[in-house]
Amino acid sequence: MHFIILLVALGTIAAIGFYFARRKLLVSSTKTAVRPHSMPVYHGWYVAFWCALPSLIILLFWLIFENYILEALIRNYLGSELLALSDARLGLVINDVKNLANNVGIQSNSDSALLDIAKRYASMRDTARVALLGTGIALAIAGFGWSWNQINPMFRARYGVERIVRWVLILASFVAVITTIGIVLSVLFESIRFFSIVSVGEFLFGIDWSPQTAIREDQIGSSGAFGAVPLFTGTLLITLIAMLVALPIGLFSAIYMAEFASPRIRNTIKPILEILAGVPTVVYGFFAALTVAPALRSFGEFLGLNVASESALAAGAVMGIMIIPFISSLSDDAIVAVPRSLREGSLAMGATRAETIIKVILPAALPGVIAACLLAISRAIGETMIVVMAAGLAANLTVNPLEAVTTITTQIVTLLVGDQEFDSAKTLAAFALGLTLFLTTLALNVLALYIARKYREQYE
Amino acid sequence: MKSKGWQLSSIAKSRLKKRYRKEIRLKVYGQLAIFIALGVLVILLVSVIIRGHSAFTKTEIALDLTLDSNLIQITDNNNMQIKKGKYGKIIRQALFDIFPEVQKRSDRRKLIKLLSKNSRYEVARFVAKNPQLINTTQRIWLSASSDVDMLIKGKAPRDVPQSERRLNDMQLSWIDKINEMENLRTRFNFDFITGSDSREPEMAGIGGALAGSFWTLIITLVLAFPIGVAAAIYMQEFAPKNRLTDFIEVNINNLAAVPSIVFGLLGLAIFIQLFDLPRSTAIVGGFTLMLMTLPTIIIATRAALSAVPPSIREAAYGVGASQLQVVSHHVLPMAIPGILTGTIIGMARALGETAPLLMIGMVAFIVDIPSSPADPATALPVQIFLWADSPERGFVEKMSAAIIVLLIFLVLMNALAVYLRRKFEIRW
Repeated sequence: MHFIILLVALGTIAAIGFYFARRKLLVSSTKTAVRPHSMPVYHGWYVAFWCALPSLIILLFWLIFENYILEALIRNYLGSELLALSDARLGLVINDVKNLANNVGIQSNSDSALLDIAKRYASMRDTARVALLGTGIALAIAGFGWSWNQINPMFRARYGVERIVRWVLILASFVAVITTIGIVLSVLFESIRFFSIVSVGEFLFGIDWSPQTAIREDQIGSSGAFGAVPLFTGTLLITLIAMLVALPIGLFSAIYMAEFASPRIRNTIKPILEILAGVPTVVYGFFAALTVAPALRSFGEFLGLNVASESALAAGAVMGIMIIPFISSLSDDAIVAVPRSLREGSLAMGATRAETIIKVILPAALPGVIAACLLAISRAIGETMIVVMAAGLAANLTVNPLEAVTTITTQIVTLLVGDQEFDSAKTLAAFALGLTLFLTTLALNVLALYIARKYREQYE
Repeated sequence: MKSKGWQLSSIAKSRLKKRYRKEIRLKVYGQLAIFIALGVLVILLVSVIIRGHSAFTKTEIALDLTLDSNLIQITDNNNMQIKKGKYGKIIRQALFDIFPEVQKRSDRRKLIKLLSKNSRYEVARFVAKNPQLINTTQRIWLSASSDVDMLIKGKAPRDVPQSERRLNDMQLSWIDKINEMENLRTRFNFDFITGSDSREPEMAGIGGALAGSFWTLIITLVLAFPIGVAAAIYMQEFAPKNRLTDFIEVNINNLAAVPSIVFGLLGLAIFIQLFDLPRSTAIVGGFTLMLMTLPTIIIATRAALSAVPPSIREAAYGVGASQLQVVSHHVLPMAIPGILTGTIIGMARALGETAPLLMIGMVAFIVDIPSSPADPATALPVQIFLWADSPERGFVEKMSAAIIVLLIFLVLMNALAVYLRRKFEIRW
């Protein structure tokens, strides 16, 4: 609520600032008969920016750090017995306090000491937010006053505005970098915690995966095994099946569309093939689980084979369908990019079109085709919904496509969906798997770019 | 000369034939590949439509309910009491009145199973809307149970042995009798569009999921569009060529290829763990999808900006415009169609995205329709995933219908993108 009031107030002050600054300039330049350096709009924008931006920056920082500041403050009010608790327990208590503070009106049956702290927390939060509101508005008014004084026909308002806009643009383009850093840090940080429990060697080379750990210490249960090899082989098996489906279909359709099809057919078929890439993955998951898997199972029964109901074959085949457009359109681009002169030179030597394609065009387009395959593989490894819905959960170490296997992404989802505690090796394992996934796909993408760049023939 | 085929021996001729056969073979392989790809697409769509179209109708049974205020336990007409009233009793009574011959307890229980477990809420809603009808007898249409619904729609076979059916012979005869009395009808299933999730398949709807998707996409759009366009403008128009900007560029291209589930991990670790934003809400979903959509928008915007010919820029510089003026007055307006197309395509991808939302907890069973981005919500694709996990037969129909709705939205968005491109794109 406070934030909305602040935003509205800032907007109003900025609008007022814009209007009056513009007016002040117009009036003063007519009075003094000086031709202003910048157009009146820029003076308006200059004041408006000075009104709104400082408070917005403060607001942003507050939103990011509110949690920490309040937590640090509330610790002072916790009794010594609470502070003596372990960090994890203390975190839970503080969480309780926050939840209570969010519905202070509702009478709860928790103990009164906690309720007291919650009330104090709520009042502290409200005081802080009112203070923020006051500071924000005061800053806006101060900014207004400061910039207002600078408005005169000689003032170079446009430069000021352009400098501010440029900084805003630079900040926007840093969001992408911050995202990457965020991904790396969040996955890396949790992974390091995971690897302090389970060694890297055990994770990468262990062949036993059963992530169920006991929640309480006195509980009898499995201690959990985190050997990820069955996951890697499962992922590779499904990816391999997907590529066996997608590569021939994608490549042959690319060849047909680039070399044989008339422009009209090409222009109709290509967008339709792209639809395959636009279908949400959850729909493919549905298709794999409810249509393809039962069909494969009954076909297997017909042949006398025992096909698991969550076979790698079903998930892989459907995933292959999904990545056809990646291979076909990227290969198509690579084939079309081969210069005409090569094609015509070969035809002029008496080669048939098929010979031209296989012996001249494909070798020339090979780097592009390989890059397309690598991108498709990276896509298949990172694909989640199809395998979550159609592949199994059992970590079988097998290369038999008719059996159920599990994949990295499936395990991430199973480990993290549902109730979770952030300290157990089970949840942290998901981040370690995420790190593996991120690094693998990153490596494949970089490799694809490198191959496409390095081995591209320069014809001109 | 012509008749002999000059300079060709018969061996060469047959070799030539072979070579051309190879060409035909290659062509056929290509056609076959396209045929397979398109065929699978058709099978996919057909299987969804066959399974799902029936969810848009639902089966209802009419009962003559005596709205006896004593039985319902209403003393005065306040809303709270009406909502909490005991309607189960009068529904059961009305049903038993149709079949007086059914007396055994176990049979009566089977009889009640013809109606949805939640039908009493329907009565409650009816009474709340028409409180003046209390103590009268009214004919009210109530939802049939999922088993009856499936049977009427022909999804559950009648002609198999009783042990393989969900409904036994007695129940079938009751349904037939109700049907003969014209107390059975199928009508358009409004509840499916407007209702929210439910444990009972016959009551479950996608209204809540649609609202969740709506809020998520609004947050995504509001954040990703300005940030993406601003970043693209800087990269394309202002940035000097140096290490730093190269790094940013590589970064953006890599982000576009990061698996979506990794964005979910990021959302979980940063937005929920670090910033303590509420789990399962559209805010966190929107933030996460924003980061995922950003590269798409940036890349599309840069392509649109670079398509504006340099002559426009130079002309503007020539009459004394500053760099910012050139961009904001000339380049950007001309690039708008391309930017909008890219944004819509990015939003369509965000609409179909499931995996990152699973990570940030938008998979809960949520009965209330979210009314703001801060409420717990699911999204449409996640709802499909949730229903896929449910064992009840009735949910297969629901999830297929939800897929139909999702695909309709995607087709509309992509059609809009194509339309914008065709209509407003400037060709230089």
